[in-house]
Amino acid sequence: MAKRFLPLVAILLLILPLLAACGSGQSQSTGGGETITYWASNQGPSIAYDNHVLSQAVKDFKDQTGITVKFNVISWTDLFNRILTADFSGQNPDVLNIGNTWSATLQATRAFLPFDQANMDAIGGKSKFLATSLAASGAAGQVPTSVPLYGLSYALFYNKAMFREAGIKSPPKTWSEFIQDAKQLTNPKIGQWGVGIEGASITENAHWAFILSNQQGGSLFDQNNVPTFDSAQNVRAIQFFTDLISKYKVAGPQDAEYSTGTQAPGDFANRKAAMIIFQTGTISALESDGMKASDFGVAQVPVPDVLPPGGKAIESHVAGINISIFKDTQHLSAALKFVKFMTSRAEQVKLNKLYTSLPVVKDAYSDPAFNSPEMQTFETILAQHAAPMPLIPQEGQMETVMGGALKQLLAAAASGKPVNTSDIEAQLSDANQTMKADLGLD
Amino acid sequence: MSASKTMVQAETPERMATQPRKRPPRPQLSKRLAPYVFIAPAVIFEFIIHILPMLVGIAISLIGLTLFYIHYWTQAPFIGLQNYKVALNLSGAAGSALLHSFLITVAYTVLVVCGAWVLGMAAALLLNGNFRGRNWFRTLFLIPFAMPAYIVVITWSFMLQKDNGAVNALLGDLHITNPPFWLVGTNAFWSMVMTAIWRSWPLAFLFLLAGLQTIPSDMYEAASLDGASKWRQFLTITLPMLKPVNVVLLLVTFLWTFNDFNTPFVLFGAAPPPAADLLSLHIYVNSFINWNFGLGSAMSVLLLIFLFLVSLVYLGIFQAGGEAE
Repeated sequence: MAKRFLPLVAILLLILPLLAACGSGQSQSTGGGETITYWASNQGPSIAYDNHVLSQAVKDFKDQTGITVKFNVISWTDLFNRILTADFSGQNPDVLNIGNTWSATLQATRAFLPFDQANMDAIGGKSKFLATSLAASGAAGQVPTSVPLYGLSYALFYNKAMFREAGIKSPPKTWSEFIQDAKQLTNPKIGQWGVGIEGASITENAHWAFILSNQQGGSLFDQNNVPTFDSAQNVRAIQFFTDLISKYKVAGPQDAEYSTGTQAPGDFANRKAAMIIFQTGTISALESDGMKASDFGVAQVPVPDVLPPGGKAIESHVAGINISIFKDTQHLSAALKFVKFMTSRAEQVKLNKLYTSLPVVKDAYSDPAFNSPEMQTFETILAQHAAPMPLIPQEGQMETVMGGALKQLLAAAASGKPVNTSDIEAQLSDANQTMKADLGLD
Repeated sequence: MSASKTMVQAETPERMATQPRKRPPRPQLSKRLAPYVFIAPAVIFEFIIHILPMLVGIAISLIGLTLFYIHYWTQAPFIGLQNYKVALNLSGAAGSALLHSFLITVAYTVLVVCGAWVLGMAAALLLNGNFRGRNWFRTLFLIPFAMPAYIVVITWSFMLQKDNGAVNALLGDLHITNPPFWLVGTNAFWSMVMTAIWRSWPLAFLFLLAGLQTIPSDMYEAASLDGASKWRQFLTITLPMLKPVNVVLLLVTFLWTFNDFNTPFVLFGAAPPPAADLLSLHIYVNSFINWNFGLGSAMSVLLLIFLFLVSLVYLGIFQAGGEAE
């Protein structure tokens, strides 16, 4: 009788571990106190570096509250898909980092805790945050489902030695000066270019499109969230961008192939590019590439000599990392305490110093670490010359479509084909149609 | 003999009617269940791994599963065939993009399957003879197939870099000035084809070499005595004898190539140049970048139907051809 059921027992033994593995991914209270899970984004030069930094942070948090934080540092290439999977399956952490441009997208999924008055008070109140950073924490007019954690902005990095050798005394303030300096610094024979860009990176391209469009008085969407990629202002903006390769020839054709986010900074560190326009966190990457802090300067992003009608002196989108809590966490109080801890003055100073990013709480700026001219430049750009990327649920699609269109145009420019206004109009018109279809407006 | 047989046949119904039927002894329950129990794990896992996701995919294609419902996916509205209408509306942006992707995929598949077959056949013919070091070459030729796809494609992506890549360095050594971009623009298509052929041809080589070894050598000797050239022998002996192998090989490589995701994704990421927008990546972008799983699933179902029909027609043609012969 027992033998009869032996095969069935064997099958059950095979399947049971699988079923057991399908249990909740959420953390449980342990004998030693409450435990929460945290997905951190990769902010430092490597995941190992982040593990080291965050180990100290969660230890300090445990000392203060008795709450254990199990954290996992996830690379940027994986983070979006990991969040998507967690969102769909319910196998989610309690707390996680998100790119702040994703805030409206993730808010639309209704999976995240709204930071209403009560929750905001629990983490120390809205007023402690930098207003521009807080503006990029969810769709306009809705209760945000994330709060800022690390602040970033674009700025112009320039190689001091190369500027000195070329007799250029100060970094350019306008695009005319920029082109003039870049031409002076360009020498294709020795593989040296005035500026380095990541032309195949859809994210970088989308950011460039946003910044230049604002400067030209344009926008990527109108007030009704209808895409306006092919407006005259945007065509002008993108024409200038592609002209860096095709007309002015101050960016190397090979830049049209760069997409990792490390290639242009690598060229900058190796004197192959005299200038790059990159985000705050690039400082640690440049230092990893062998540059000393004294080797490069940081200046504000150039603007047009005269702003066209409606043009704004926008030099960056409000870049940065936000922190969110999954709504169905079983440890809401502990999760809120952790967010409060991570956005406290003391932790903001420590973490942003180690990650070379900007604090998102006002009182952290009194720390001397953020008083260097470089950090003050970033702070000025973030506080006074930055605007949030379009806070629409389809922001990811927008970056893919607009960034992809620029990638095609830059590839054409790099191949030596003249990229004229009609080419740009046609490409942006196609992108606009695709975006409309993605929004269901086709 | 025939009379007695007739008698036996005539007696049988009566005997059946008058005598109690002798049943063979019924095996024990455990013995009867045993075969089912042994295949049960395979059936269960086949259902979980293949059938269930396919059914779920079909179900998702009928609902509006966008990012607004990703967390509460059970609340996604049923929209019938709307996703299919969007995908098949060739005057709309989504439909025309899908058609473009389909045509690119067809061209890619034809070139890769043909290229892999030609290279595989050449290598198999070369290594079918007896010579010193034959086994060493056989092992060497299988390396691209044995390596993980990711490693192969990422190696090609390094080799295809404009300034630092081995391909352009070689062109430079051949005094070809101004070498082209391979990973951006229209050349992206050819980069993808080259990479995929390099990955796929060892499989063709393996199949064809096995097939060649089943052809009796005396057929070639007889043909040779009759004065048939090598080319003639290839056309009239080798190819017809390899037909059963080729039927399977071409179908398998067609299906794998048409569904190829690794090559374009590792070479170009989630935003491939239009010239390299293969269907599988196109569907991935719709699902995982645009978070429109309903539309992505509808496109997947259309791809499934297309491949199923092509396979049926293909096998039907060869089955009919085989019966006619």
